[in-house]
Amino acid sequence: MADKPETRSEGINLRPLGAVVSAPDLTDAKAWFVREVLPLEAMLTQYLRRHWRNKHEIDDLCQEVYARVYEAACKQIPHPAKPFVFTAARNLLIDHVRREHVISIEAVADLDTLNVALEEPGPERSAIARDELRRLQGALDRLPRRCREAVVMKQVDGLSRREIASRMGVGEETVKRHLTNGMYALADFLYGERKDSGS
Amino acid sequence: MSIASERPLMSAKNVRTSAAAWLERRVAGDWSEHDQAELDAWLAQSPLHMTAYLRVDAAWNRTQRLAVLHRPASDVAARNGWMFPLMLKVAAGFAALAVLGFVATNYLQRPQERTYSTPLGGRETVAFSDGTRIELNTNTVLRTRMTAAERTVWIERGEAFFRVKHDAAHPFIVIAGNRRVTDLGTAFLVRRDTGRLEVAVMQGRVRFEAPSAQSASVTALLTPGDVATATAGTMLVTRRADTALAHELGWRRGMLILDDVSLADAVQEFNRYNREKLAVADAVSDMRIGGTFRTSDVQLFARVVQDVLGLHVRNRGTDTVISR
Repeated sequence: MADKPETRSEGINLRPLGAVVSAPDLTDAKAWFVREVLPLEAMLTQYLRRHWRNKHEIDDLCQEVYARVYEAACKQIPHPAKPFVFTAARNLLIDHVRREHVISIEAVADLDTLNVALEEPGPERSAIARDELRRLQGALDRLPRRCREAVVMKQVDGLSRREIASRMGVGEETVKRHLTNGMYALADFLYGERKDSGS
Repeated sequence: MSIASERPLMSAKNVRTSAAAWLERRVAGDWSEHDQAELDAWLAQSPLHMTAYLRVDAAWNRTQRLAVLHRPASDVAARNGWMFPLMLKVAAGFAALAVLGFVATNYLQRPQERTYSTPLGGRETVAFSDGTRIELNTNTVLRTRMTAAERTVWIERGEAFFRVKHDAAHPFIVIAGNRRVTDLGTAFLVRRDTGRLEVAVMQGRVRFEAPSAQSASVTALLTPGDVATATAGTMLVTRRADTALAHELGWRRGMLILDDVSLADAVQEFNRYNREKLAVADAVSDMRIGGTFRTSDVQLFARVVQDVLGLHVRNRGTDTVISR
């Protein structure tokens, strides 16, 4: 864990030499984004939080990093993903520091020393799944009761919006709202940072 | 990197909400090619749209597999369970269909006597003119004799849920081998496996009689929450929470609800419903699992076992073998 941080910090500044270049296929870019980038979200938001003062903008920055790396991936799939994503994050922060003309000495210093552990942890798949399960369990428990009911009917029972509405005795618009909120929250819980309280 | 764009920082909340709304619309029910074209156009507008959508879509797909592992909240279970009036209406609808489609298999039996059966994975509801309803689970055979004087059901094998219109003058009796269950105003479940009979009461009371090792028979009066299990010469009565009983009835809506059971037991339950059998290696048969599955979805169960317990799943002919 604590080995050779110096060599790693070089790895994030530039795309490694000899990177494999994949065919620029949109399906590949999408699959790559889901497979390689989304699982980094917790780490990425932590990183952004550490280096950005306005905590309300963390999600916005994260989403912008996504847009940038996805655009890049449409031209060429970056390998490996992790240094590429964090380099994009770093560049984005620098761009914004410049654009805002609020050059915080503190922020710049942090940026220069920013360092992320880059070795792949490579835990067993089962451990990942179990971790996901715990997160999901927490996510479902935190959804408002009616929202959770709608999500479970959709996910487990595979019912349509209309069927859910009639079972719950509410209108379809209400079900639509429950499901949209539920989907939003599940994505945050699955990919986002661990939060002590619901957001 | 050549990807620094000059976009002002956009609100992630807005774009993520829009993405979730699109996903909701896509899975809601009627999704047309026209809708797909609209979605494609929206996605093409900005990589922000695309990535927010990929994110919520991936999370939804990913959690779908794991959602089945979530123990259903008791309110949901109760709603979908036997207490839910809408389900009764639906069941009544099915019952009407079932009776139509159910040409009694044995005309030549004594009058008023009929045999009903379900194949592996099947489920049927029979409604009687007195208001009594019997729901048959997978691989079940039962025979009924409904006359002005008596209402008797013989359960040859399998499992059935009874909702009986009580009538003191015409007792409703379920007979399984040499055991007898008499309704005293009730909803109850009877499951007959080889060498074992289980009776669970959801509503009202039943009297359960089984011959004991001695000559006199043992009688137990069961009330809601009671579960009696009889094997040769023994009878055990335990109490179970409403939710546990609701889980036992998951099959009535095609679901198998496992609440922290051993892999061996889970596999045995699945095998009651499906021709493709699951097998589990001895070394891992004690591992615990819980979750809600469609009784027919063996593949989903296998994938969950693989992902969550980290076990090896392989096909052997039509069977699926789980091992380390």
